Amino acid sequence: MAAGTLVPMTRIDDNPTDGVRNAVTVRGLVKHYGETKALDGVDLDVREGTVRGVLGPNGAGKTTLVRILSTLLTPDSGRATVAGYDVVRQPRSLRRVIGLTGQYASVDEKLSGRENLYMIGRLLDLSRKDARARADGLLERFSLTDAAKRPASTYSGGMRRRLDLAASMIGSPSVLYLDEPTTGLDPRTRNEVWSEVRRMVGDGVTVLLTTQYMEEAEQLASELTVIDRGKVIANGGIDELKAKVGGRALRIRPADPLELRPTATALDDFGLTGPGSAVVDTATGTVLVPILSDEQLTAVVGALSARGITLADLSTELPSLDEVFLSLTGHRATAPDDQQTTQADRAYEEAAV
Amino acid sequence: MSATVIDVPAQTRATDDPRVGLSAHIRHVRALIRRNVLWIRQDPESMFDVILMPIVFTLLFVFVFGGAIAGKGNQDVYVNYVVPGLMAMMGMNIAMGVGTGFNQDFQTGVMDRFRSLPISRASVLIAKISVEIGRLLVATAILLAVGFMLGLSVSNVPGLFAAIGLSMVFGSSVMWIFLTMGVVMKNAQAIQGMGFLVLMPLQFGSSIFSPPSTMPGWLQAFTDYNPLSSLADAARGLMNGGQPVAHDVMVTLLWSVVITAVMAPVAIHKYRTKN
Repeated sequence: MAAGTLVPMTRIDDNPTDGVRNAVTVRGLVKHYGETKALDGVDLDVREGTVRGVLGPNGAGKTTLVRILSTLLTPDSGRATVAGYDVVRQPRSLRRVIGLTGQYASVDEKLSGRENLYMIGRLLDLSRKDARARADGLLERFSLTDAAKRPASTYSGGMRRRLDLAASMIGSPSVLYLDEPTTGLDPRTRNEVWSEVRRMVGDGVTVLLTTQYMEEAEQLASELTVIDRGKVIANGGIDELKAKVGGRALRIRPADPLELRPTATALDDFGLTGPGSAVVDTATGTVLVPILSDEQLTAVVGALSARGITLADLSTELPSLDEVFLSLTGHRATAPDDQQTTQADRAYEEAAV
Repeated sequence: MSATVIDVPAQTRATDDPRVGLSAHIRHVRALIRRNVLWIRQDPESMFDVILMPIVFTLLFVFVFGGAIAGKGNQDVYVNYVVPGLMAMMGMNIAMGVGTGFNQDFQTGVMDRFRSLPISRASVLIAKISVEIGRLLVATAILLAVGFMLGLSVSNVPGLFAAIGLSMVFGSSVMWIFLTMGVVMKNAQAIQGMGFLVLMPLQFGSSIFSPPSTMPGWLQAFTDYNPLSSLADAARGLMNGGQPVAHDVMVTLLWSVVITAVMAPVAIHKYRTKN
């Protein structure tokens, strides 16, 4: 493609006046696969040192976005800079500052964990000694020391993801892309990966996280972009978006089913029902209350015990991706009539083969 | 966007994008070669093809066709004819393996990792070819060992090394073709199917296995222009003299240079721009 088509007409706010710079700036990014628009004019900012979640269903364009930002794909139009480097014009410099953990573990399965990390260290121009030290340090940090000499093919799913994260960290990247880092992992392993990601963020790494799970976005991201069919449909802080879609729901089961109504009344009396009101669900013997924060959760429990209501069960529920989509777009994320999405999906799969 | 939009030039850093230096490039290629060597250590079966292929092919051709072509009991004559030819054939078969192996590598995420690292993208391809040349050397050594056991004689030892070198040069040029197919084609089976379809006529329609003098005229015309004939004839002449080799050596080198000059940039470009 001619570089000339990419000459920016957009103004870029890499240096906003409030002092926090953008690590990633995306403006009007478009990518087609044949007739299908995988990205249809995406704008996105990730502030330095923050985690931006990109939430969307399969085929929404999340992976295409990450692949463009890691220079694996060239955009058709629009621009993107990462740490000030242009994805099209400065790919080599850009690759020096990024780390990528894809949906599929991108490690060499036939090599041991240590050999994988050592190899990447050497490819990142570390001396033999430094590459060895860095590999051992990261194996230690990601609790892989015991498995360091085993081929990666013998690793469990969680170990592979951890090795993948370790591999992304060798070059001490300032920007890390996590493309659906926990898809296909069991809940325990998912928690392991999350805590590793939190540690990296604690070290000051800027993270762009794509996910299909509202829960994951809530756990890791401070700001969220929701995309669908290659377009941004919502943008903002997590709490902002949660409020928009109703936040979490607290499901309360009183020990005595006869206390269902009094429970609901108590919550309404205390004004603790967040954006909506308490709903009695007699079928399951529970009361459903929308809440916005952990403080509210604590207050709810306090209010109920003040009324002398004994609880048998208490659980919080996040709105599912489907519900988020329903409230933002009025259509379901994965509905069968969502032809365009599945087409984009297929086009991507084909292009990727 | 919440941030204030400032009307400044888009670039906040210099627009240059320094290339990878030569010493760094060599270091990267070495690190990637090491990866492929570790594979072999991890999975010694991956060397079966280069170890068994020269043994099986030599025995088959010498004992099945040798008598028929050179006369019953004259297998040792045929050994001296066919072994230089088989050197050319080994190169083709290993080159085909480069394509399928590289394609399978692409199915895993590790290629994304390499392509998102600040290394020259050609280094991955160059490392692959270096390792395969090493494997071809092993196969050639075994071929010659089997040949010597069956009565191969070499009158010109420097010529033998020149012949080995020539088959490496030509073999590596063909590897670029298969690397390109490995990047472009959808799966390893397709490459193998396609490879056989092209390589079989090229290998058998040449002077590798039998002198073209008994072939019909149209086929002789084909074998005359077949670079594998030139390579096989050059190798024979270099190892045992008796025929002028300068023309065949030149033709083989010319083919190698042209194939590499065309296909190496194509392979690198396809690898670089692969989605």
